[in-house]
Amino acid sequence: MSSVEQTISTRRDAGSGALIAYLPIGFPTLDESVEAAIAVVENGVDILELGLPYSDPVMDGAAIQKATQTALQNGFRLRDAFTAVERVRAAVDAPVLVMTYWNPVMQYGVDRFAADLKNAGGAGLITPDLIPDEASEWMSASEAHDLDRVFLAAPSSSDVRMRQAVEASRGFVYAVSTMGITGARSDVDAAARGVVSRLRDAGCTSTCVGLGISTAEQVRDVLSYADGAIVGSRLVAALSEGGVPEVARVAADLASGTR
Amino acid sequence: MTLRDVVGPYFGTFGGRFVPESLIAALDELDAAYQAARVDPAFAAELAELHRTYTGRPSIITEAPRFAEHAGGARILLKREDLNHTGSHKINNVLGQALLAKRLGKTRLIAETGAGQHGVASATAAALFGMECVVYMGAVDTERQALNVARMKLLGAEVVAVQTGSRTLKDAINDAMRDWVANVENTHYLLGTVAGPHPFPTMVRDFHSVIGTESREQVLALTGRLPDAVAACVGGGSNAMGIFHAFLDDESVRLVGLEAAGDGVDTPHHAATISRGRPGVLHGARSLMLQDEDGQTMESHSISAGLDYPGVGPEHAWLSDIGRAEYRGVTDAEAMSALRLLSRTEGIIPAIETAHALHGALELGKELGPEGIILVSLSGRGDKDMETAARYFRLLDGEGDAPAGSAS
Repeated sequence: MSSVEQTISTRRDAGSGALIAYLPIGFPTLDESVEAAIAVVENGVDILELGLPYSDPVMDGAAIQKATQTALQNGFRLRDAFTAVERVRAAVDAPVLVMTYWNPVMQYGVDRFAADLKNAGGAGLITPDLIPDEASEWMSASEAHDLDRVFLAAPSSSDVRMRQAVEASRGFVYAVSTMGITGARSDVDAAARGVVSRLRDAGCTSTCVGLGISTAEQVRDVLSYADGAIVGSRLVAALSEGGVPEVARVAADLASGTR
Repeated sequence: MTLRDVVGPYFGTFGGRFVPESLIAALDELDAAYQAARVDPAFAAELAELHRTYTGRPSIITEAPRFAEHAGGARILLKREDLNHTGSHKINNVLGQALLAKRLGKTRLIAETGAGQHGVASATAAALFGMECVVYMGAVDTERQALNVARMKLLGAEVVAVQTGSRTLKDAINDAMRDWVANVENTHYLLGTVAGPHPFPTMVRDFHSVIGTESREQVLALTGRLPDAVAACVGGGSNAMGIFHAFLDDESVRLVGLEAAGDGVDTPHHAATISRGRPGVLHGARSLMLQDEDGQTMESHSISAGLDYPGVGPEHAWLSDIGRAEYRGVTDAEAMSALRLLSRTEGIIPAIETAHALHGALELGKELGPEGIILVSLSGRGDKDMETAARYFRLLDGEGDAPAGSAS
């Protein structure tokens, strides 16, 4: 069982589920992004999803786009991702997944990326624009380096594709809560329940819901049927507005939804 | 299998579907509808009738003897897509996709546009079919193409000025995809070139293949043989794939794509994706693209907004890879000179995009000599480029170039 699955299962056995925090690497600076990641774990986050800034992030809404663009303007380089993962892992014990669009991995070299991520202490990848159908190279590299691979399942996914996502994923399946992109929403779609229940029917034992979750109440609600809740834009907004202290405060508040 | 029979999703190692899972159902639905339409005589008949009565097809070919004097005496034949309704080849694809969208029960069309030609064509189709239309256009482009923005609005479309990223065409595509992910139930994304995830590269090519099918017959009828070379400009590559496709299995015919070399392919300011790009994933497909070492997309440069794109359709990447087509760079200066030459020798003002192909034809003519026959895709007319051309040639401030004779 991978460290991510282990963490999720421990939290589930304790009667709740995991809180997963997305933060972009290099925003507002590389140092502060590392401090923010450490701070949210110290305030109740179970698993980190560190985002790799990319020039064309089609799955991301305005808040995250703006942050990753800032990181790129500040000179973010791919190698910084491994440094960041290493520094976070040295400070806290939470598993660290990297969220990345596919082209940077392809350019770095899929196997080389996997090796360097493993060496840095990373747990695996979440790949928003890589579907299992196109992922053969990543499947072999992740097997070879013992890394998790998180694929997405959407409300529009067919039963066949749900099953495919369950079979191809390791760690968890990312249940997309709504037809849309990242960003806080006042109510997480009822669609999320449907996706999770269909994933369960396909044999899924580990699924976390993301997109649109921004309050402790939503976290609690999601954890009543899923194994984890993923929060991104809300934390990025907090980091933009009030720096590390504010993102720590918001993380602690969100974590109250896991109790 | 012949080259013409390759229908994706892969062209060699290029193509595929690198998109969020949320879009897969829509792509599957579109692919199924397209496969059904492809073999449905009623669909073909409806599209052909629209082209006859609305687009103005078949488009003619025009021989350009005075222009050809500058091309080593080779015969140059122009396939006149500039005479189509809305002024370019773009309408071929737009009407095909709008018909498909109607079959799928979609009520809303979204599109990206750089210079505005595809946006205008999409807004036109939406008006014709009574559909809602939203066009995403980089804020940089809405500023420099204000007239086309007005045109789209007059046709009833909403134009969204995209403020993200580099605020140009590539970001307009990103925003259109974000819109599509959220509104896929009632919305069709009318992608304007042979790029993007499958089935777009195949489908858009097929809708434009009428350019090559018509002109292959027209050249045969006029000259009694196939041309020695076919030249077309390549940004995303839709008019080029459209005219190349009919000739893919005619081994004697050279297929030459002309890319925008901007200030020169050895400068940082160009859009020569095939000449200078590396394999990568952009906008849903694996193809060639301009990118830095980390795989971040680089900004392209061309005087022609329609070629100012850091990616290219996967079928072109493949045709280059297997050596079936060749791709060359044409600088801004070379294209503008060819634009002026065609205007003055033949009375046809081409789009700046098209002028890249015309420069290519001049060079090819010199290589082929007087026995050569070159078919050129005259993909669009230059009306939209008057402001750029007037500035470039300083025609409005009273110190422009000489009014007559200077073309020879």
